[in-house]
Amino acid sequence: MSVPPALPRWADVGLIPLINVLAALIVSGVVVAIIGENPFEAMMVMIKGAFVYKGSLGYTLYYATNFIFTGLAVAVAFHAMLFNIGGEGQAYLGGLGAGLVCLMFDSMLPALVLIPLAIMASAGFGAVWGAIPGYLQAKRGSHIVITTIMFNFLAASIMVWLLAGRLKAPGQMSPETRSFSPNAELPFIHDIANALGMEIARSPLNLSFVVALLACVGIWVLIWRSRLGYAIRATGHSTHAAEYAGIPVSTIIIITMAISGGLAGMMAINEILGVQHRTILGFTSGYGFTGIAVALMGRNHPVGIVLASLLFGALYQGGAELDFEFSTITREMVLLIQGLIILFSGGLAYMFNRPLAHFLGFLLTPRNVRGGRRG
Amino acid sequence: MRIKTMIAAAAIAVSTTAVAADMKPAVIYDMGGKFDKSFNEGVYNGVQKFTSETGIEVMEFEVTNETQREQAMRRMAERGATIILGVGFAQADAISKVAAEFPDTKFSIIDVSWLDAPNLRQYAFKEHEGSYIVGVAAAKASKTGKVGFVGGMDIGLIRRFGCGYVGGVKSVNANAEVYQNMTGTTPSAWNDPAKGAELTQSQIDRGADVVYHAAGGTGAGVIQAAADAGKLAIGVDSNQNGMAPGSVLTSMLKRVDVAAYETFIDVKNGNFSAGVHVLGLAEGGVDWALDENNASLVTDDMKAAIESARADIISGKVKVHDYFSDESCPY
Repeated sequence: MSVPPALPRWADVGLIPLINVLAALIVSGVVVAIIGENPFEAMMVMIKGAFVYKGSLGYTLYYATNFIFTGLAVAVAFHAMLFNIGGEGQAYLGGLGAGLVCLMFDSMLPALVLIPLAIMASAGFGAVWGAIPGYLQAKRGSHIVITTIMFNFLAASIMVWLLAGRLKAPGQMSPETRSFSPNAELPFIHDIANALGMEIARSPLNLSFVVALLACVGIWVLIWRSRLGYAIRATGHSTHAAEYAGIPVSTIIIITMAISGGLAGMMAINEILGVQHRTILGFTSGYGFTGIAVALMGRNHPVGIVLASLLFGALYQGGAELDFEFSTITREMVLLIQGLIILFSGGLAYMFNRPLAHFLGFLLTPRNVRGGRRG
Repeated sequence: MRIKTMIAAAAIAVSTTAVAADMKPAVIYDMGGKFDKSFNEGVYNGVQKFTSETGIEVMEFEVTNETQREQAMRRMAERGATIILGVGFAQADAISKVAAEFPDTKFSIIDVSWLDAPNLRQYAFKEHEGSYIVGVAAAKASKTGKVGFVGGMDIGLIRRFGCGYVGGVKSVNANAEVYQNMTGTTPSAWNDPAKGAELTQSQIDRGADVVYHAAGGTGAGVIQAAADAGKLAIGVDSNQNGMAPGSVLTSMLKRVDVAAYETFIDVKNGNFSAGVHVLGLAEGGVDWALDENNASLVTDDMKAAIESARADIISGKVKVHDYFSDESCPY
């Protein structure tokens, strides 16, 4: 078997994800055709449902906000070669942090103080929930994959215990806190636009989308332009070399996991402060897990993560529209399509690398290929 | 005569199509999904009945996350739905918001009674009345004088079932013991048949020989455990007598299908009104189930006792305590 030529970077970053999504869509199209619907029509509904219909873009960006946070969380940890599967639990605890701050102070603090405080609490709670498995990995050698998974269950149990007990709002039956007062609400984008005289359809899109984009810039600076980021990447490339170079590896692991957990926790800004305005059971709805696929697809780079988040946001929103539009396409069907995309861009992410490398190697001169490898 | 009937039928058909053109009903099922063998499926059955009788298609959506409840309602309203039916108390928040935004659209929600909007109908059921009469049946069937109750999620609604049941049992046998257990405190308690079976088994071990459940999907475990031990179970919501023929004494029917059907048919006939509709025994909203699966279990004496309790409640001679009225149970 011949050794395939290395894939140019532009192909790895741009072409491969595109091919993966396309492959997933083709398979989904076949499934849609099998149940007796026109796959092209379904595709059009999904695209229109995600971007064109009134308010749909807002929903797509709202979902994307969640994925940017959880995707960044997975990516940061991945730069230190840590596989953080605990985004779900960290986000859940982030919601507890934000909720507690709002419940305690929403009657006395103004929005300008309260909201930053709640954001810090959500990041802080998530950070602690990420740092503990980080500590166990760094000092006790407990594998981060196992501990973060277990911490998801712990987080879920804690939230159930609190929301069905101490934090439950009296006089109603759902396991959720009371609604926060309006000064704890992050403004909706459509409200801001209306105040500025622009007419935008209602959607759950709120200011946390801006916070998410800022977080992307922050993470880019952190990973590629800071001393700590260098230490994180060095640890990721080779623990032993990093140690030899004088980097305190255990500390870096704990700090990385705290940052990762903090980012996941900030997902709660969007859900709790932005949309629900109360802490509810199960608000994470699997966004923490989808973050893994987002990071994988975005190649752990903030720009890639924003693009992948947009794709998944569009899938969530467009998928809901499919369910509206076709009586034969149920929510399980939509889940299947989403699953196929995760499978192709996550599980089978490198399936097309070899054939594409061979193909491009055939097309391009070897010099180009080597040149692309450096970039 | 024949011709007259045909003309009448044609007239009805014409008027039906005329109304069908401007009526667009929609239903939003909750997280359980429309085939949950319980609450959502009951609504689905009512919707099916409406569609098969009138030929009017009903738009449907099943929510998968919190944000979708409100989104789905707004989308249905924007798509021109004239009546939107919400399923379950978890949708209360969403429906009150969207109903205010679309004052010309009609809304209806099941298991909610505390909202207030001019275009919103709310359905609540007197689960305590239905539970009372199956309690009578349980006490009549019990040889040990001990019966059980397994609830799903520990909320006021389920305590209301339990309280009515105890009232019914005690009305027959004042010395009877009623063991009560709740499966959990979160929505997952609606779907935990293993725990349901465990709780039932422990109640049977303490001497209970009839166990009533109000636990959604968890109830399958309750019925199974009772059948395995050779004891009796009582089903809930839908007619569950057939789940283990000969081992299910009866079922407390909660006719959410009636609520769904009534909502749509009222809109179709122009009889829609807002407000709270409370369906009890008298309105046919709750009842007990007697069919070929449990006919051999129901003795004449038992049947007479159930029917007389039922008649007394309908006539107002017996007033079953509602747990919601004071958050406590006097029985």
